[in-house]
Amino acid sequence: MINWANFISQCFNGLVTGALLALISSGLTIIYGTLGVLNLAHGAMFMLGGYAGWLAYSYTGSYLAAVAAGSLFVMVVGVVMERLIIRHFYTRPHEDQLLVTFGLGIVFVEAVRFFFGSLSQTVPPPAALAGITNLGFMIYPTYRLALLGIVAVALLVLYFVLYRTRIGMIVRAGIEDSVMVDSLGIDVHRIFMLVFGIGAMAAGFAGIVNAPVVSIAPDVGEAILVQTFVVVVIGGVGSFPGAIIGGLIAGEIISITSMFNPGYSYIMLFVAMTLVLVLRPHGLLGQAGRE
Amino acid sequence: MNIKRPYLVELLTAIALILAPFVLPWLGFSPSTINRILIWGLFGLGFDILFGYTGLLSFGQSAFYGTGGMFAAYLLTEANFPYVIVAIVLGAVVAGVVGYFIGLIALRRTGIYFAMITVAIAEVFFFVEFNPLSAYTGGENGLPGVPTPAFNIGFTVLKFGSDWTMYVFLAFWYFIGIVIALRIVRSPVGAILSAIRDNPLRAAALGHNIHGYKLTAFVVAAIYAGFAGGLLGTMQGFMPPDAFMFDTSGQLVMQTAIGGAGTLFGPLVGATVWLYLSDFFQNTLHLGATWKLVLGIVFVLLVVFLRRGIVGAIVDLCRVARNGTKAVEPVGFTTTGTASFDPAAIKPMPARRRGNGPASGPILHATGLSKRYGGLLANSDIDFSVDHGEMRGIIGPNGAGKSTFFRMLTCEVPPTSGKIVFEGRDITGKSVTDVCQLGLTKSYQINQLFDRLTVRRNLTIAALGETRGKFRLDLFKSLHNVVGLDEQVERTAALVNLTSRLDTPVSELAYGEKRRLEIGLALATSPSLLLLDEPLAGMSPRERIETVALLKSIARGRTMIIIDHDMDSLFELVAKVTVLQEGKVLVEGTPAEIKNNAKVQEAYLGGVHGEMA
Repeated sequence: MINWANFISQCFNGLVTGALLALISSGLTIIYGTLGVLNLAHGAMFMLGGYAGWLAYSYTGSYLAAVAAGSLFVMVVGVVMERLIIRHFYTRPHEDQLLVTFGLGIVFVEAVRFFFGSLSQTVPPPAALAGITNLGFMIYPTYRLALLGIVAVALLVLYFVLYRTRIGMIVRAGIEDSVMVDSLGIDVHRIFMLVFGIGAMAAGFAGIVNAPVVSIAPDVGEAILVQTFVVVVIGGVGSFPGAIIGGLIAGEIISITSMFNPGYSYIMLFVAMTLVLVLRPHGLLGQAGRE
Repeated sequence: MNIKRPYLVELLTAIALILAPFVLPWLGFSPSTINRILIWGLFGLGFDILFGYTGLLSFGQSAFYGTGGMFAAYLLTEANFPYVIVAIVLGAVVAGVVGYFIGLIALRRTGIYFAMITVAIAEVFFFVEFNPLSAYTGGENGLPGVPTPAFNIGFTVLKFGSDWTMYVFLAFWYFIGIVIALRIVRSPVGAILSAIRDNPLRAAALGHNIHGYKLTAFVVAAIYAGFAGGLLGTMQGFMPPDAFMFDTSGQLVMQTAIGGAGTLFGPLVGATVWLYLSDFFQNTLHLGATWKLVLGIVFVLLVVFLRRGIVGAIVDLCRVARNGTKAVEPVGFTTTGTASFDPAAIKPMPARRRGNGPASGPILHATGLSKRYGGLLANSDIDFSVDHGEMRGIIGPNGAGKSTFFRMLTCEVPPTSGKIVFEGRDITGKSVTDVCQLGLTKSYQINQLFDRLTVRRNLTIAALGETRGKFRLDLFKSLHNVVGLDEQVERTAALVNLTSRLDTPVSELAYGEKRRLEIGLALATSPSLLLLDEPLAGMSPRERIETVALLKSIARGRTMIIIDHDMDSLFELVAKVTVLQEGKVLVEGTPAEIKNNAKVQEAYLGGVHGEMA
């Protein structure tokens, strides 16, 4: 028999996980859509966000400082990475781009391990959001509830930036056809740098706001990266709405399967991905020819 | 590969494997490190066929490595199966079968999608091993007690228990592995795999079932991985669960990139560097866990600066040393000082008749052909018929829908409505590969060549589609043993005057030469109907004259349809011209009729819809 209270609480967990995955995947997908580079270091960006935030927290004791530090640091890492290395790879084959970002991911993970060790670290939630909340029909950790709101706001901000600003319009045009944008007299390389920074920041932000829920460790990004890939395959590469739908689907699959047997959550995720690949090879909201 | 010394690579490998145990310990390699290098090298042979030769970068090889290893280890421990080698072979077979089904899913997409899907699949295997199947695989403990191989050869029992006897065992299998891999790479399938890597669309258009060949490469890689996994278990006496980890796939990818992809020996060299450095950093420099950071940095630098890895760099160096500054000048049709090139003097290449329909009447008949892209109607309701042996020209202003029309005829894009009949067969909705096999192909407006391969290889790949059909698993057949292949390649090269350039990589050809090779690729498939999309574009006036002579020569015994903007040349070639305008047939007639047609003049010289008049 299914325990309904447990079921609803797992659905909520799925929503939280899904929203986080949606945010991380949007970062990955706008980078890929605009620059044509699949960033295999994206999981490491998530991890770096957590660590930068944790470091800021251990000096200041402030949650807000941690979130700001986590996001900004990863954005800077993203921009520097794009300027120093990635931009030399735009004209090289996809395989080389995968190799170099994969290598960078390892360097980031191992550098963190070198400085902070392999032990996991925790960032406590801010005092106001600690404890649990009684929602009437169930009791739920307050921070997770708040996390849903925080990530939703972040996604809205990202949506606003992408769909309601001048820069966003250029970025979306770049996703459609970056050569055309370049020939319209817009410096597409500055946009590339910006997009890489924003995309990385999405992962870094997710990394630090998630830190009070799951403790951080150097290899925490690896599992996230795999889940992000599934999200992007389900949603369709280069599609922001696809990343959100894919993220929510993946989050619910992971949570609901975990209720029965956590060991099967990946298998169900894989089944969902396979179904999408068979029925809609370009993803739920993806377009043909964007590969 | 080298024809004059056919088994040189095999011989050198054997010598190196025999010398290694005497040389490597002096350099600081321990026997167990050398053994691990061999296993990684064998694992990498299959991966290199998949990545280096076919261009499919998989981050999920650990799935097959683990599957093969676990299956063999389970047989040998829990199931008490006595024969070590048989168990390892069975493990490889299971890995191959699993690879087939995984390949069906993963190969639905290419490029980065393929990379992402393989990552996800490998992660699933990891969790399956740890959770649902832990009763069989030992979960996080792995399977201990895997026996070492022993052979009873009558008077004594050969045991491979110690490090050095194990080396002999592993070296033997590595040698078998490299011999098989070399055969695959030198086979027709190997040639087609490299074509898929360089230009999958053209490989498909030349009549090869590229999905089948990609799946073949995927399964071959899975079998190699499974076999290597089995060897790992018996070498360590223990099958570790971390064979399934993403790190395993990652290490394989990095070692292959360091050593050089597409060389077969790259993974072995990469593993040597990787394991040596990791031993060196940990045992000599006492870096502790930092070794992976240093290796990661080394890897990134190598990818940035040494594109083709260590073996690739050595090959390049050798090539530079051998050729020196010997630069070859591009050859025009008429090289100065020699007699003028006369394609008509060369024995023509007849079209191969596939069907047994009548050789007269219409060869191609399209009715009501339309193509809609969103709101744009590129072609609307075109009726078009060409007779056997005819030379037809198609002209029309830019944007008239000529190229779209060609793409529908060759089945590159499906028509929105309408029907195409070729040699009495309805080909509407067929694939471009099938249509090429039926004898209809096209030379492209924009060159679609295999840039990293030589002219000879390019033509070979085109001719293979004709001689072998769209899919055949002749994995172990040498290219030189394909009947009629060399003749076909050389005759095509002579026709397009590229005989002296046969061993030049396409990337070093001049533009005019590439244009001729483009026609040559289509011609080498022996089509009965050849479509030429702007064959004269970008050519000098002199090259045009000579290409027209070439086209006349290849038209013997063949039907051709030519799109071009050079009307003087076109009118000289063809008997009949179809004029397209705004996606419709405007008029059809002899060149003389077309020249004097008022509607054609209006279409070309302005008077849009008569509004300007």
